[in-house]
Amino acid sequence: MEGQTGDRLSGGNVMNLKSLFMKANNAPEGSGFRLGRYIVCKGCNRRIAVARVRREFFICPSCGRYMTVRARRRILMLTDKRSFVEHDRDLTSRNVLAFPQYDEKLEAARANSRENEGVVCGTATVEGHPVCIFAMDANFMMGSMGTVVGEKITRLFEYAAGKHLPVIGVTVSGGARMQEGMLSLLQMSKVSAAVERHSAAGNLYIVLLTDPTTGGVDASFAMLGDVTLAEPGARVGFAGPRVIEKSLNQALPKGFQRAEQVLRCGFIDAIVPRKEQKTVIAKLLAWHGTP
Amino acid sequence: MSDYDIVIGARSDRRLTAGDYLAKLVPDFMELHGDRLCGDDPAVIGGIGTVGNIPVTVIALEKGKTTEERILHNFGSAHPEGYRKALRLMRQAEKFHRPVVCLVDTAGAFCGVDAEEHGQGRAIADNLAQMSALRTPILSVILGEGGSGGALALCHADRIWMIEDAYFSVVSPESCANILWKDTGRAGEVAEALALTAPKLKRMGLIDRICTTGDPKGLAEEIAKELAILADMRTEDLLEARYRRFRNAGY
Ligand SMILES: [Zn+2]
Repeated sequence: MEGQTGDRLSGGNVMNLKSLFMKANNAPEGSGFRLGRYIVCKGCNRRIAVARVRREFFICPSCGRYMTVRARRRILMLTDKRSFVEHDRDLTSRNVLAFPQYDEKLEAARANSRENEGVVCGTATVEGHPVCIFAMDANFMMGSMGTVVGEKITRLFEYAAGKHLPVIGVTVSGGARMQEGMLSLLQMSKVSAAVERHSAAGNLYIVLLTDPTTGGVDASFAMLGDVTLAEPGARVGFAGPRVIEKSLNQALPKGFQRAEQVLRCGFIDAIVPRKEQKTVIAKLLAWHGTP
Repeated sequence: MSDYDIVIGARSDRRLTAGDYLAKLVPDFMELHGDRLCGDDPAVIGGIGTVGNIPVTVIALEKGKTTEERILHNFGSAHPEGYRKALRLMRQAEKFHRPVVCLVDTAGAFCGVDAEEHGQGRAIADNLAQMSALRTPILSVILGEGGSGGALALCHADRIWMIEDAYFSVVSPESCANILWKDTGRAGEVAEALALTAPKLKRMGLIDRICTTGDPKGLAEEIAKELAILADMRTEDLLEARYRRFRNAGY
């Protein structure tokens, strides 16, 4: 997987936004591009039926590449059938700072992701355990965190704290959304404070880090879980690798910022293959009880 | 003076550093070193001193003045060890009911292999979460550069003030222009759009006060007065107000 998963995102932060959009436009689901009823895997260039890719948890059956998963699909993969009830679907971003071209970007992101914003939140059950769950969406401006993303996740933690529910969070993000200036940076503070209140009340928060989780999301709620899980090969880090390479003028060590390396450094509890994630989360939920 | 001029000015090496303010704010300052885990980051100066007879914990991001000093302090860009030292000293302040004053001046958290491997993201996240519940008043002042998450990590405060010609931004105008348009020449236009100056942020309600530049003595007096006000608040009210201030950001 090394060198394949997520290398197209190796600009870290929001560096490769444009190229990502262009690719993602051809691939509303999965990081291959779609040809009728087939998805062409970007790892091995084979054509695989969409239905089969779905059955296989968006892992290429021939080369094993982990494809990008939309937020809504991610929630389906982790929760019980028909148990998900969405919260705050209608919150949409406005171009508060009148930032150049932000309106157009928002419009493209909505079309590209078929979502109103970069995170999907709600309640569901996981093997019968009631939970609050959020999943970020890489197809919406690379999962960047603006005020609406921050607000939706904050509301979810506040709701979960009120109901004594655990929170499952699936992260994928290039960081704070620059087009919203300081308002987006402050979402890091806002969500972190809500996570802290939820935690102080004795509630469980499980994070699942997916490729890539970087910047302001890495430096806030992605790193605040009671249990931190990651997908194999996911890039997890604060600064973009190119920024580091440029500022240090040296090549980065092999496996740098990949989940396996971040685990060795002590910041991830376990790397869990996609097909086992629901079972592992259910087990953790059972151990922590359901008040 | 354009917004971009303000950014350039905030980076100037002729500007007063946190150390200059520290000398006037707490003349009896004693530095306390180390994060008690693995290191002591010279980009972050922490310690205790008195402000108007009240003992205060001060955390300062120091850039240094001479070339040698600048290298020693890593140009004010902190490693995770620096943020962890800051949090250790804030926890100590909480234990002894001392208010915390943070003096912020940084282009951003350090971006490097060791900083990443030591958990830069986790260190910043920890500060945000734990400062939000710290049971003692926190006052942060952006002295020059308020560079993104690295500055934010010391700004989860009851009061956020800015020197009139400081900036506070999610991203540097140059890298923003580069990311969006591969054109650093548009940094000026971007600086305008990012709304990163003290007057703009005050108008948006994101900071509380704008302070006169180049007047450490005046700032020291203002801080002493404000700490007296914060000290009179019940801790529960203080924490609820702190939660609300960030809760209301943006939506
Ligand atoms: Zn393949």
